Amino acid sequence: MSSKAEILNKIKQNQPASVTALPDLKVLGSETFDVLETYKTVLKNIGGNTVEVSSYDDIISYIKEHYNIEKRIVTTLPELSEIASLDWTNDDPHSLKNVELTIVKAHFGVAENSALWVTDDILGQRVAPFIAQYLAIIVNKENIYPTMHQAYEKIENQDYGFGTFIAGPSKTADIEQSLVLGAHGARGLVVYVMG
Amino acid sequence: MSSKKTIEHSEAAARFNKDVERVNWHDETLWFVREKRDKSAHQIQDWELLRETASKIKNNVLSNIHDYLIEFEANAQKNGIKVHWAADAKEHNEIVHSILVKHDVKQMVKSKSMLTEECHLNEYLAENGVEVIDSDLGEYIVQLRKEPPSHIVLPAIHLKKEDVSETFHEHLGTEKGNFDPQYLTESARQQLRDTFLTRKAALTGVNFAIAETGEFVVCTNEGNADMGAHLADVHIACMGFEKLIPKREHLGVFLRLLARSATGQPITTFSSHFKKPRDGKEIHIVIVDNGRSTQLGREDFRNSLKCIRCGACMNTCPVYRRSGGHSYHNAVAGPIGSILAPNLDMSKNADLPFASTLCGSCTNVCPVKIDIHDQLYKWRQVLVKEGYTPTSKTIAMKTMATVLANPTVFNIAGKSGRFVMKNAPGLVNNKMNKWYDQREMPAVPEESFREWYKKNSREAKGKNNEQ
Repeated sequence: MSSKAEILNKIKQNQPASVTALPDLKVLGSETFDVLETYKTVLKNIGGNTVEVSSYDDIISYIKEHYNIEKRIVTTLPELSEIASLDWTNDDPHSLKNVELTIVKAHFGVAENSALWVTDDILGQRVAPFIAQYLAIIVNKENIYPTMHQAYEKIENQDYGFGTFIAGPSKTADIEQSLVLGAHGARGLVVYVMG
Repeated sequence: MSSKKTIEHSEAAARFNKDVERVNWHDETLWFVREKRDKSAHQIQDWELLRETASKIKNNVLSNIHDYLIEFEANAQKNGIKVHWAADAKEHNEIVHSILVKHDVKQMVKSKSMLTEECHLNEYLAENGVEVIDSDLGEYIVQLRKEPPSHIVLPAIHLKKEDVSETFHEHLGTEKGNFDPQYLTESARQQLRDTFLTRKAALTGVNFAIAETGEFVVCTNEGNADMGAHLADVHIACMGFEKLIPKREHLGVFLRLLARSATGQPITTFSSHFKKPRDGKEIHIVIVDNGRSTQLGREDFRNSLKCIRCGACMNTCPVYRRSGGHSYHNAVAGPIGSILAPNLDMSKNADLPFASTLCGSCTNVCPVKIDIHDQLYKWRQVLVKEGYTPTSKTIAMKTMATVLANPTVFNIAGKSGRFVMKNAPGLVNNKMNKWYDQREMPAVPEESFREWYKKNSREAKGKNNEQ
């Protein structure tokens, strides 16, 4: 007998005789709070920054002011071609090792934990938000939802190869519980809330 | 599997307690994490409803896991993922090795996976000429020191920054005496970046696998699982079969609970959903049993399989905090480890269910409502019945049963006990008596409560007044 058959047989024998019901999820996620204010507060608490903008031009000026644009900046947004390159999405992912800043636009954000939902179609390459020294993510103001329940309602049966929630810069507290930003992924995250 | 003789929890804990300052620090640090969990949980109005919902979802999973596994495999295969099944640790290790051999890989980068610790994968691969580098900072530190992780979420929580500095100085050539966490983390980042960029295979654990979609979710703060997986040609994800959840929407419940329970963060930095491999690349999933199907059949202990590995029960446990993760001699330490370990090997882990005060704090913080302290209590009964407890404990318990069952014997025992403690305390207060470890006994009363009551009860006083 294969291991698969053996494992499944034993599970069938040993699992409870009757199937218990799944709970109703509709009762969850009814908390009410100021979505944008909560988003900004939570993001700040976990080491990220919110910048409110009304156009891509605002983002371009912010980046020119705060980053060294001589260094490599990549994006999947044609609106940002003045400061970032667009022709890297088919390259070997290892070639992104010298990227200083990656800029992408999230499908949506979540207020309770400041997470942003991104999938491979908007990332260009899966490794792009992880390998860059710094990360910037744009999200429309009206696309910030209160909790993870609304987030998964929104995702529903969206098809993707890879998707991730990103909440703040990469971090670790593995040395004596001292928080250090920039473990293996981005050292900093700026979220441009547009609207 | 280690053939070394296991040191009992109480003995290992006694060693850990020799350094009083460090034990106090360990205790306070973990309590600090517990407090962060509380603060975070209290901000969620529906917290208890979330726990209840998570518990019900997991109960449903355990009652229908056979069908969910079949559904998951079919959907994962549809997504282009290769699925393997391993009955035990040995088969798991062989499957991982065979994938590496097929791709001619001699070096692999790994992100946190307690399952591979349980299976002793690193040792197995090393014996077969494959070098594994653990990329989670805490795991990287303990790997350099040739130690196992002491906590499932905070692998190096038993170490001080001075220890890490010493280890990094020796292995990475960092400045001697520089123990700034920022500097040390940066050094590891530089070192491991090169590892990520040069490895063709990456192994990760799995936090949740979704039957409905065939995808799986990996949660990290550091981004190490993603750096490894997205730069490698082959991604191997290893999971115990209990990681399954029915639907994608259930992630909303578990992702709200996991990080808040673990460290008090609102969510981990990255919650990555892997559904399909990149073009031309491979994703393998190894579904492991290794005793889980046996635990599923033990009605009293079945729901230990609901665990989502947040570590909250360890952070809150007064015994864990003061004995350290290594004293549990099991990949998963603390209260939850103590109810999982006897299932794997009763004789080797018979001491663990006794490493608890049964205070119930673990049960109170568990995000999926596992009745941890009840199970610890039930394991004790099983272990005594099966004859796995030490003879001294069995004799002591039998003696106590005789004494408590007979009022005359109880009276005599009480009297002689008081006499001995008063007149020859050395007979009791010595190294043979475990109750005296780090403890002074209270002063001996002149009389027993029974004697006092005889004199002072209303009845006795009435009699006295009549006289």
